[in-house]
Parts: sequence; structure tokens; C-alpha cells
Amino acid sequence: MSVVITEPNDHEQHDHEHEHHDHKPAGIKRWLYTTNHKDIGTMYLVFALIMFFIGGAMAMVIRLELFQPGMQFVEPHFFNQMTTVHGLIMVFGAVMPAFTGLANWMIPMMIGAPDMALPRMNNWSFWILPFAFLILLLSLFMPGGGPSFGWTFYAPLSTTYSGDSTALFVFSVHIMGISSIMGAINVIVTIWNMRAPGMTWMKMPLFVWTWFITAFLLIMVMPVLAGVVTMVLTDKYFGTSFFDAAGGGDPVLFQHIFWFFGHPEVYIMILPAFGIVSAIIPTFARKRLFGYASMVYATASIAILSFLVWAHHMFTTGMPVFATLFFMYATMLIAVPTGVKVFNWVATMWRGAMTFEVPMMFALAFIVLFTIGGFSGLMLAITPADFQYHDTYFVVAHFHYVLVTGAIFSIVAAVYYWLPKWTGNMYDETLGQWHFWCSLISVNMLFFPMHFVGLAGMPRRIPDYALQFADFNAFISIGGFLFGLSQLIFVWVLIKCARGGVKATDQVWEGAEGLEWEVPSPAPYHTFETPPVIK
Amino acid sequence: MTTKTYEKYYVPAQSPWPIVGAIALFCIAFGAGHFVIDISKQQSGFGGYLLLAGFAILVFMLVGWFRNVIDESMSGLYSNQMDRSFRQGMSWFIVSEVMFFMAFFGALFYGRMIAMQWLGGSSNNAMTFELLWPNFEPVWPLVKTPGGIETQAMPWTGLPLINTAILVISSVTLHFAHTGLEQQKRGQLKLMLLLTLLLGATFLGLQVYEYIHAYRDLGLRLDSGFYGNTFFLLTGFHGLHVTLGAIILLFVFFRVLKGHFTPEKHFAFQAAAWYWHFVDVVWICLFVIVYIL
Amino acid sequence: MPLNMTKGVTEISQEVYSLHMLIFWICCVIGAVVFGIMFVSILLHRKSRGVQPAQFHESTKIEILWTAIPVVILIGMAIPASKTLIAMDDTSAADVTVQITGSQWKWHYKYLGSDLEYFSVLATPREQISNKFDKGENYLLEVDRPLVIPTGQKIRLLMTSDDVIHSWWVPAFAIKKDANPGFINEAWTRVDEPGIYRGQCAELCGKDHAYMPVVVVAKSPEDYAAWKLAEETRIAEAKAAEQELLAMNMDMSELMDNGERTYIAYCAACHQPNGAGLPGIFPALAGSDLILNDKTAHIDIVLNGKSGTAMQAFGRQLSLKELASVLTYTRNAWGNDTGDAIQAADVYKVQQGEGE
Ligand code: HEA
Ligand code: HEA
Ligand code: CUA
Ligand SMILES: [Cu+2]
Repeated sequence: MSVVITEPNDHEQHDHEHEHHDHKPAGIKRWLYTTNHKDIGTMYLVFALIMFFIGGAMAMVIRLELFQPGMQFVEPHFFNQMTTVHGLIMVFGAVMPAFTGLANWMIPMMIGAPDMALPRMNNWSFWILPFAFLILLLSLFMPGGGPSFGWTFYAPLSTTYSGDSTALFVFSVHIMGISSIMGAINVIVTIWNMRAPGMTWMKMPLFVWTWFITAFLLIMVMPVLAGVVTMVLTDKYFGTSFFDAAGGGDPVLFQHIFWFFGHPEVYIMILPAFGIVSAIIPTFARKRLFGYASMVYATASIAILSFLVWAHHMFTTGMPVFATLFFMYATMLIAVPTGVKVFNWVATMWRGAMTFEVPMMFALAFIVLFTIGGFSGLMLAITPADFQYHDTYFVVAHFHYVLVTGAIFSIVAAVYYWLPKWTGNMYDETLGQWHFWCSLISVNMLFFPMHFVGLAGMPRRIPDYALQFADFNAFISIGGFLFGLSQLIFVWVLIKCARGGVKATDQVWEGAEGLEWEVPSPAPYHTFETPPVIK
Repeated sequence: MTTKTYEKYYVPAQSPWPIVGAIALFCIAFGAGHFVIDISKQQSGFGGYLLLAGFAILVFMLVGWFRNVIDESMSGLYSNQMDRSFRQGMSWFIVSEVMFFMAFFGALFYGRMIAMQWLGGSSNNAMTFELLWPNFEPVWPLVKTPGGIETQAMPWTGLPLINTAILVISSVTLHFAHTGLEQQKRGQLKLMLLLTLLLGATFLGLQVYEYIHAYRDLGLRLDSGFYGNTFFLLTGFHGLHVTLGAIILLFVFFRVLKGHFTPEKHFAFQAAAWYWHFVDVVWICLFVIVYIL
Repeated sequence: MPLNMTKGVTEISQEVYSLHMLIFWICCVIGAVVFGIMFVSILLHRKSRGVQPAQFHESTKIEILWTAIPVVILIGMAIPASKTLIAMDDTSAADVTVQITGSQWKWHYKYLGSDLEYFSVLATPREQISNKFDKGENYLLEVDRPLVIPTGQKIRLLMTSDDVIHSWWVPAFAIKKDANPGFINEAWTRVDEPGIYRGQCAELCGKDHAYMPVVVVAKSPEDYAAWKLAEETRIAEAKAAEQELLAMNMDMSELMDNGERTYIAYCAACHQPNGAGLPGIFPALAGSDLILNDKTAHIDIVLNGKSGTAMQAFGRQLSLKELASVLTYTRNAWGNDTGDAIQAADVYKVQQGEGE
């Protein structure tokens, strides 16, 4: 039996029913009104790319100002806005929507479902985002500027001492949260309820598994973020004193609630990346993923542990020593399941028959560079040492390794990997390799020296610094500009591939396995209206 | 495999409502932001109007969206599998709501068991007490803040106790409405549903009365320190949820009057009932933690 | 620039350094092994060499092994780390206690059990920051009055803040502790070598977070005692001078000169050198309603600050003379031509709650 796509109330659509069901609605309405997971996935991905460029442009302002000591181009207040909004946009506007876009495109295809479980809500989740970021960006133009208290918006800097626009920040975060929660619900329900017959839990591709667990994290922590921004709002505008000792509150309470959200949030930005890498490595090694079951358990362990480690961001806040010890131990433990993943990837490569197309290159770089970021994370977890690292560029180096060479590299790898399936055309391999090597070299020029600058004592979130840091910062900035320019190659590849190129086969990659490779390239507008048969 | 047939999964072709909903949320967020800024600076601006417009659009969207859904449901497009999707979606939505309340309960726990004790000199904060707040007495309810704001505590007897009873009974009546629906006793269904609604409305009325009492007689205000903050935000957000739940039940009631829902298929009813029970459970936690303890 | 963490000059800071090196080398070794195997595989197991992929894809034994080994390594790291942490926590039996209060954007040091207290503000001239002058050696790491401590003694530091969260950091002591408003955090140190140690505020605290250095001078106990005595006398004398000042009238030009200096040092960061403020965050003083129309309120807001905003109580930070001058200056600069000269006695009166 096949699925009937009908819209009984919409007479305009009426005649479509009788046509071939692959017919796409045309014009702008296709995108505004769509309920198609592929269209929505595409919109998410394009949106994320735009946001990556806007956030990247802000990073360029930061690097420009830090090129030399002294105030050069922007005022400190504006610099703080750039830092803050850069962090917010990259986290909520680039990485998360990009992963959601990939989830939309791939999860239904990977589990043999006709679409996402709640297609209309899916479209709603997406369309909230451009508006949320519009509000955030507009707030930069208010008198007094936009948010300038860091993406972590610690109280009371974000309450009593913040600019007028704070309310806009709060409400824009609220609607971003609504969007994420609805997106996560959709993912969970789709995976739970829409798997094709025979697609048992332990047959699901790892990308599906990691997203399933990520969606849980989202549902658990996004509402907590909503709660804490609400408290910021009432503290600033309605006289409450959650974060004010005079009224019986505590500024550190803010940090507890924020990081209860914030730490799982960083795993939200890395678990799907693990799924992507676990898809790419076996394909190009032409060998099954090593330790599938342990990969699933490791992902779940990371997710569970992520609720018990939040205060490792707060070692200097003066917690009692037993609490500090607890959070230190719990944080260190996360290295174990993460290590299992890394080892499994290496074991998958071992005695495979590898080729090194662009997705594989990015995935390999991911493994090495993410692990380096993980190592610096582990160093940060050692509390006494964290007293020296905390709030320096060492931390900035850590999280850009896990976020840029981790999350962003995995997203780029995923785009190269599935692009032929999406467009039906192969991307330009030479250009792709250029993109990879330029990015690889410049990203390390950009972020590796930050470790040293941080160890030598340069605090983060400063527009101006002591003379000893000058040479390194100039070098870092050059690396930053080069990395930014390298991303223009990426855009070029994308546009070129969307417009045409060598036709891709259905399987695309020689070693690729999974349902998404059994449908034609480009993937038809509707896939699996009849559930596929799972071997 | 081949012998088994699958139910169809209905995928609506296109829908204008999501984008309308996104615009509504934009107006609400942008409007509310400006509205709050306007009041804080005691100036007038477009914020309030935009906020109202946003709500209007939201209601318009909800009505349109639900009308589509109801029509689709009534014309039998929804399979059991879809019903499961809706149910699961609703359950996870409730989980997210629980986490929202957890943020505030967590804050209450921290403020009471940790921050207040530290301000009073316990753990590693002896000097906090000695040098900064030497006159502070860490007792809960926090009727005198370290900064010196005084207020009175809200007793749990009287109104709050009555309100608890009302909500618990409303959950029971709703349960009987559900059994009525399942056993095809439409009369019982209607009556019990109506009763639930009335109880909900009474609860809300009494809650408003209690707030007036708190402000006027007890000097317990939103801005009277941590006790007032948590009291009003927890009960306030709960009240908002009761309101929302009651509105949903009202719609369900109208649909019941129109003869919708069958013993097998009544997702909307089920969702509304779950929501109502959830709100009820939150209240019981609130009653114990905020009022009694 | 040193390429590694500072070893520092205290026992604790050396321990922290060795912890850092320990974890660093462990990570290097694990990295070398993991990446080594990976690169060997990349070299050998490539399709272009004509290899056939192997078929194995799981092994419970190996999985258990590479779960257990990291656990053991981690325990090895956790033990010394816990020891150091517990040692850092013990602030008892201190010889000297200093209360450190951060505020936007300066530090205040108060020696408990003594009248000695003072502010410590960035000493780098604005011209260096705006690139008009060449930058000095200690650009942004110099203050007018450093914290002075005796060597060889246990110093207990009590951190708090008057406004937002700051964080007092001196790398050489391996101390970084947040200064939370309304709470007091404790830390301690014992420095053996006399010297000048520099650090910075390490928590984003608003616009001038970059301009909030920490400088500590460690002196031998004798030098320290001498310094302390001199400072205490200086403070006592300044207090006496204040009393005399109450009877005196300064003339307008002296007030304005003095006032401009004070204004640039204390007020200009927010209200800007031209008095225009930053719209939306810091109100303008030029043409301000309050300044032009309500003199007492003007004196009051400078003395006591405005709660719920970034405006601090300067009554605690400035001398009567400075207050009088800066009030006069703001009442007469940038077209605020009120013509008033505010004298120390006027300020004193408001301070004592008499008003006018
Ligand atoms: C994708 C995002 C991401 C990821 C995956 C991680 C992963 C980890 N992070 Fe990171 N972190 C951030 C994003 C992320 N982090 C961000 C954004 C901040 C700053 C926020 C802000 O303040 O703005 C931050 C800050 C941060 C801090 C606070 C620093 C400070 O402010 O003082 C700490 C402290 O413990 C920390 C620890 C860790 C640890 C232990 C891991 C672990 O998960 C890493 C585990 C991985 C490995 C260890 C490597 C692989 C393992 C092996 C090869 C096995 C064998 C290894 C050993 C036994 C050593 N992180
Ligand atoms: C996924 C998240 C993510 C990503 C991808 C990035 C990407 C980058 N980030 Fe970062 N960053 C954060 C998350 C992220 N960041 C967070 C959370 C913070 C903390 C914020 C806070 O403290 O509150 C932070 C903070 C942060 C700082 C510290 C600021 C401070 O403490 O004051 C710096 C400084 O160098 C920096 C730089 C960069 C650079 C150069 C890139 C580059 O990778 C960007 C590259 C991309 C582009 C450049 C855009 C594309 C290209 C063009 C637009 C073409 C034109 C190019 C040129 C003009 C050269 N980021
Ligand atoms: Cu004070 Cu940063
Ligand atoms: Cu973390």
C-alpha cells in the first residue's frame, strides 16, 4: 500500500493529488508552506551557512581588533558585543541548525520513513529561527547596543548592569528554545515511531542513534535555558533577586542553572558529529564500523554523564571543596566513553581499504583535531590546573578545537558526503581538496597558538592586551583571515555542485551502505512512501 | 514481509500555518521585548501593540491549524501510527514543561538550602556572614532579606489547601470524563468535563484572590526578595499553565458537544487530559515545597 | 612570551605546574599512540595499495581493555590533583588577611585589623591605549598602588565585589578566585621571593574588563612593616587634612583642574571624556537634568551611587577634595554652566545627611 498525499481542504492543491506525487510546488510558497523534510532540511542548512558567515564576520572583527595591542578599530563595548553575538550565533545559529538540517534530510531516509513524524510542526520549528536571529541582530542597532555580557550572560552583568536591549535578547532566546524543543520532539517521535519494519533499534545507523540521544538532551535542557533567561528578565526588569545577595539570591545560582543547560549543550553540538564520522569512516575504509554496540552505549554514557559535570565551568566560583572534587571526577570520566569512540574509529580504519575523498579527509582531520580539543578539555577538568587556565585563551583554544575542527568540520564532511545524494551531482573533487587543505592549515594557525597565549596568561574577552602577547596574536589573526577566506571555496563548491556536474550514481560511494544510498540520486521529493524492506 | 500491509502515514502537502505561527512568535518576542523595555523606562512605544498583534495572529494560526487537523482527523486520514506520533509528541512536550518548572524548583532549592545558608555563614562562607551580612538570620520562609526587605509568609492552610482540593478533584472528574468517553457514556463525559472546567476556573479565581491578599495584606510581593520571587514565579507560571490547560479543555468540550471523539480515537481529548493532570501534579509539588515546607 | 604555564613562586603554584605538565605528557603519549596507529593505517591500508578490507568488526575483549586502561590513567591523575586542591582550600592560620573588593574597573584592598585600605587603579595612560604614545613595558599591567604583602607569611585573601563578578588572578601564585557580589570567597598564598607579580581581572565585568590589572608587591617582612607604617601615617594625615579642608574654600580654577583629573580617572570610562555618556547604557552628564536642576541630588548620587545601576558610591572611594572638585567640574564643563563652585564642606554636609 502506498501513502496518499492529499490536502482535502486546500482546493488549490486539489489537482495535484492526481498528478505524479513527486511534483514539487513551485515558487516561494514551496519554501514558506512546505512540509517536506528535504525542503526543510535544505532551508536549515542554508540558514546555518548564512549564520556561519555572519558569526564569522564578527569573529573577523574580533581578530582585526586583536591584531595589535591598543585600541585600533572598535570600542571595547562594541568588541564585547561582537564576542557575545559571535558566540551566540555560532552556537545557536550555525551549529545547531546545521545539525537539525542534516537530521531532517537524512533521518527519514535512513530509517525508511516517508517524512518526519510531524511535518507541519517541522516547518514551524525552522521558520522561527530566522525571526529569532533577526531580533538578536536588530538589537545591535539599539541605543546602547546589543548583548555585551558574553554568550554565557552571567548575572549580574546581564541583569542590573546590562544595556537596554537585554529584553530583546531574552525573548529571542525564548523563541530559539521553542524552535529547538519542537525540532527535538520531531526527531524523537520520528525515530521512535516511523522506522520501517525490520529497522530495529540496533540496526539504526549511528547518525540516527546519536541524534536520538541529542534530541533527549535538547528536551531536557532547552527549557532550563528558558527558565534562566526568564529569571534574568525578572531580575532586570521586575525587581526579583534571584541573583542578588541582598534579596537572598546568589549570582552563582545563575551559573549553576546556565551550565546545567550549557554543558549538555556542548554535547548537543558534538554527538551528531560522532554520528557523521561513524558513517563516513566505514564508507571510505570499506569496512564495517568497529564496535557498533559499544558506540551506542558510549554515546548514551556521554549524554548521561553530561548532566553531572556542569560545574566544571565554575571551579573558580568558590564552591565547597567536596563539590569541586565531585565535578572534577565526573568530568574526567567523560574521557572514557569518548575514548572508546576514538578507538573504535581507528579500529575501523585498521586493515580497511581506504580512499581519501574530501568527506574522508574532513572526517580524519576531525578525529585528530577533536581529540586534541578533548585532551585540552581533560586538562581543564583538573581543577587546580583550571585555576590557571580558566577564562584565558587556553579555554578559547579548547572549545574552538572541539567546535570548529569538531562540530564544523563534521558538518562540512557531512555536506560533502551527502551532497551528491541531495543534488544528484558530484561536487568538484579538486576544489574540495583545496578547501580541505586550506582550512586545515589555516585553522591550526588560528587556534593552535591560542593554547600558548592562554598559558602565558592572556585572559579571554579582552579587546586589548599586554605587549608580550602581540606577535602571537598577529599570527593568530592572519590564520583567522585565511580560514575565513578558505570558506569562500566551500561556497564556490556548493554553488557549482548545485548547478550541475558529473551525475552521481545511486550508491555514490563505493563502500556506502544504508537506505539512503538505495534511493536514486538526487533523492526524489518523496521517499519511502512504501516502507522499504530491511535486510 | 510481503504478507503484511502497512497503514498509510498521512503527510500534509502544504500548510500556511507554520509560517503564520513563526510570524506570530516574532511579533510576540519582538513586541514583548520592546514592551518590557518601554515599561522599565516609563515611555510609551509600539511594544505592547505588537505583542497584542502577535497573540492575535497566534490565535488565528491555532484556530486555522486545528481546524485543518480536526477536518483531517474527522475525514479519517489519521492512522493509528499517526495517533502514536501525536501522543508521543505530546508526552515529550510535557517532559519539556516539567524541565521548565525544574529550573524554578531548582532555584528555590538552591536559594533555600545553599545561598541562604551561606549568607548566614555556613560551609565555606563564614566571612560572608561576618563581614557582609552580620545581621542576617537565615530562616525560611525568608521574611527578612539580607538587604532588609521585610514581608510575611503565605500560610498553607486556608485558601491554598482549598485550592489543592479543588485541583485534585478536577483531576478526578476529568478521569471520569475519560471513562465516560471510553464507555460511550456521552452524558457523563459532558457533565464531568464541564465540572472540570468549572473547578479550574474556580481555582484560578481563588488564586487571583490570594495574590491580591498577598500584595495588600501580607506585603508579599514579587520584589520582596527570594521568597517572594520564587513564590510568585512558581505559582504564576503554574497559573498560566492552568489557564492554558483550561482553554484547551474548553475547546475539547466544544468538540465533545459537536459529537467528536470515539472510544478508540480521541487524541485531542487525551492530550488535554494529560496536560491537565501534569498541571495538577505540578501544583501538588508546589503545595508541598512552596507552601508547606 | 613564555610558551608554557608560569611555574610561579609559591609551593602551590609549582605543584599546579607539575600537575599541568603531568597531564600534558599523558595526553601527548596517548595522542602519539592513537594518532600513530591511525597514520600507520592510513599509510598501509589504502585501496591504492590494492589491499582487501578485513571483515572483523567487534571484540568485547578489546572494548573492555580500552575502557579500563583510560580509567586507570585517570585515577592516576585524580590523586595528585585532589591533594593539591585540598591544600589550596585550607585558609586557616593566616598571618595577614586582606579583603579584596572588585568594582567596575578597579580593585580595593583592605588590610583587616588595620585602618589601611586603598584603591588600586590602572596606571597606563589613556594615550598609550589609544596609540598616541608609545606603549610602556608593562602596558596594561601597571597600577597606581599595588597590593603589598610580606614574604614568608601566610596571606589570606577575602574576595568580594561591589557590582558585577570579577576574578582576581595572579598567575605566579596560581590564584584565580571569583569576586562575587554579596559573598566572600577565600584564597591563600605564601610567597617566598620578594618581587613584583602581575595579573589581571579574569571574569568579563563589562566594558573595561581589559583594564583592570592586579599588581602584587612582595616585600621582606621588615620592608613590609616599614611600608605599612608609612601608609598608615599617610592615611591618618590625609584624614586630618580633610578636616582642615572643610574650613577652606578652593578657588574655581583649582577645583576645575583637580576635577578634570578626577573625572578622567574615575568617571570618564562610563560617562565619556566629553560627558556625552553612551546612549542606552551610561547617561550623559552634559545637559543632564539632574545636574542642572538639583544640586543636592547631584551631590547625593555621586556620594551614594544609584542602586540598581552601574553608578557606584564614590563617597567611599574619593577624598572630599576630589569629590568637591569633580562635582564642580561636572557642573561647569561641556556647557553645563551652572557657575556653582562646590566646596568640601558642601559635600561633607550632604554626606552627614544634612542636605542644604
Ligand atoms: C563541542 C563542544 C565541546 C566538547 C565536546 C567539549 C568536551 C570537553 N570539555 Fe569543554 N568546553 C566547550 C565545548 C566543548 N567541550 C566550550 C564551548 C567551553 C567554554 C564555554 C565558555 O566558557 O564560553 C568549554 C569549557 C570547558 C571547561 C571549562 C573551562 C573553564 O572555563 O575553565 C572544561 C573543564 O573541565 C571543559 C572540559 C571538557 C572535557 C573534559 C571534555 C571531554 O568531553 C573531552 C573528552 C575527549 C577526550 C579526552 C579525547 C579523546 C579520548 C581519548 C583518546 C581517550 C584517552 C584519553 C585519556 C584517558 C586522557 N570544557
Ligand atoms: C561553533 C561555534 C564557533 C565557531 C564556528 C567559531 C569560529 C571562530 N571563532 Fe569563535 N567563539 C565561539 C564559538 C565559535 N567560534 C564561542 C562560543 C565563543 C565565546 C564567546 C564568549 O566569550 O562569550 C567564541 C569566542 C571567540 C574568540 C574569543 C573572543 C574573546 O574572548 O574576546 C575568538 C578570538 O579570536 C574567536 C574567533 C573565532 C574565529 C576566527 C572563528 C572562525 O572559525 C570563523 C571563520 C568563518 C568566517 C570568517 C566566515 C566566513 C568567511 C567570510 C565571511 C569571508 C570573508 C573573510 C574575511 C574577511 C577574511 N571566537
Ligand atoms: Cu573585573 Cu573583569
Ligand atoms: Cu562543559
